[in-house]
Amino acid sequence: MMDMIQTEKLIFEYEKRDEDGNVIGTSRAIDGVDIDVKEGQFIAVLGHNGSGKSTFAKHLNAILVPTDGTVWVDGRDTKEPEELWNVRQSAGMVFQNPDNQIIGTVVEEDVGFGPENLGVPTDEIWQRVEESLKAVGMLSYRHHSPNKLSGGQKQRVAIAGVVAMEPKCIVLDEPTAMLDPVGRKEVLKTVQRLREEKKVTVILITHYMEEVVDADKIYVMDHGKVVMEGTPREIFSQVEKLKQYRLDVPQVTILADELKKRGLGIPAGILRKEELAECISSQYTHGNRTGMDG
Amino acid sequence: MIRDITIGQYYPAKSILHRLDPRVKLVSTLLYLVSLFLFRSIAGYLVATLFLIGIIRLSRVPFGYIVKGLKPVIMLLMITVVFNLFLKKEGEVLVHIWRLSITTAGLRNAVYMAIRLIYLIIGSSLMTFTTTPNELTDGIEALLNPLNKIRVPVHEVAMMMSIALRFIPILLEETDKIMKAQQARGADFESGNIIQRAKAMIPILVPLFVSAFRRANDLAMAMEARCYRGGEGRTKMKPLRYKGRDRAAYVMIAVYVAAVVAIGRYVPLKIWIF
Ligand SMILES: Nc1ncnc2c1ncn2[C@@H]1O[C@H](COP(=O)(O)OP(=O)(O)OP(=O)(O)O)[C@@H](O)[C@H]1O
Ligand SMILES: [Mg+2]
Repeated sequence: MMDMIQTEKLIFEYEKRDEDGNVIGTSRAIDGVDIDVKEGQFIAVLGHNGSGKSTFAKHLNAILVPTDGTVWVDGRDTKEPEELWNVRQSAGMVFQNPDNQIIGTVVEEDVGFGPENLGVPTDEIWQRVEESLKAVGMLSYRHHSPNKLSGGQKQRVAIAGVVAMEPKCIVLDEPTAMLDPVGRKEVLKTVQRLREEKKVTVILITHYMEEVVDADKIYVMDHGKVVMEGTPREIFSQVEKLKQYRLDVPQVTILADELKKRGLGIPAGILRKEELAECISSQYTHGNRTGMDG
Repeated sequence: MIRDITIGQYYPAKSILHRLDPRVKLVSTLLYLVSLFLFRSIAGYLVATLFLIGIIRLSRVPFGYIVKGLKPVIMLLMITVVFNLFLKKEGEVLVHIWRLSITTAGLRNAVYMAIRLIYLIIGSSLMTFTTTPNELTDGIEALLNPLNKIRVPVHEVAMMMSIALRFIPILLEETDKIMKAQQARGADFESGNIIQRAKAMIPILVPLFVSAFRRANDLAMAMEARCYRGGEGRTKMKPLRYKGRDRAAYVMIAVYVAAVVAIGRYVPLKIWIF
């Protein structure tokens, strides 16, 4: 598998300025991050507010370039000015606020915005717009005004806008943070579908742990550093550590952890309700049987 | 209240007018507006009225909806009419009230001015009713394109217009929200003199500006992330191409202008003082 995204000792510092615009210091938002994403993977980045997730995400799209270290997107160094548009085309970006990333006044025109910028011929733009809207399940809304859509629908339109640029990788920076539970589910389902149908690499940035149980790999960030990495099971089995990084560990995982501490034979890193139910019920029937035997 | 303004809004319908090329509609509207000032006789007004009625019928926009758009400008209309009515001193005096008098010339001027203004507003709102904001900016961009040669940033201006149009409803909604929030904290926007009321607006404007700047920042980033780099090398999803009906429309507007000028100037129709 090819490396889709790779960072090496990535460091980024925001400049602090006084009222006259003179630099009076720097604050380090990313502090030596090494991440490696293979093509087709589903990667999640977790972290508390201010841990540097958005700053990191903006590096994958060359909106920010490293203060030090290197970011490669699809083999291209984001620091090279001549690679800028290629980088932005191969790594599409979906932001948190659905209202502030839709440019068009009609859904289909917004989806066409990216391809227009890329200089795609008119006929192909129409084809791509139709395909992308279909992929996110918003084709029947193509003539609507974005202002009349729900938050979840707006985010799906934003995703379609990125898909229409045919990126190899999609970076979503807290796409569900401003949505209600229904909208969140809609968006996550859409992302899942894209992974299956278009085989795109997905990097999902979030602080909802429930959203990342299907990830191939999770990175946990804190104070600009990657402090944990591993599969969901590996990460979720370290409940105390997660709490220490101020992440909201899912109820099931906490409950399973408590039960385990009380001596029930439950494996670490339970991710889903069904899984826990399975574990307990098998123990229970097992326990009953031994009781009768004795 | 702010939402009642219909001028400049799009009215979705399926009419021949909706399907016309925006350039045709822009040029025709401009010609129509100019034509209203090219004659000074009732015969000319009859032609202009017939033409307007025809266009309204073609547009399939309900007449009531169009009239509603006139409401916000009623005050302006009244002021113009009153000024014209009393300030013209030539001609025979018709009515005399206190120190003011209405003359035939004054009455004629007032009525003509009112009609012109009303037709002007209806004419231009018909254009916006039948043209989506995007088509409109595309049309303006295409028409002004020659100005590119003298370094006018036509594409950028058009892009600014279309973004502004997209964000007007969002900012209106936000204003509404902020006003309610401030009212809940005891702010009073309805009483006091004009200065006090203006002062009461400050707690609305400050958060509104802060939020608008944040949005602008976010949007600029989102546009860059989607490879926006100005008009160069950009293709169009909906390029403008003239069709048969557009050429026919150009011919029609030319015929109308010729007719209105000819009839308005040379047909000696006169009813009472008009
Ligand atoms: N434009 C900026 N200028 C200066 N400092 C910034 C800027 N943007 C972010 N920071 C700082 O960088 C750090 C990381 O911020 P970042 O937005 O990347 O965090 P985040 O993990 O995305 O947080 P959130 O969950 O709130 O979105 C924070 O301490 C923040 O204050
Ligand atoms: Mg963030």
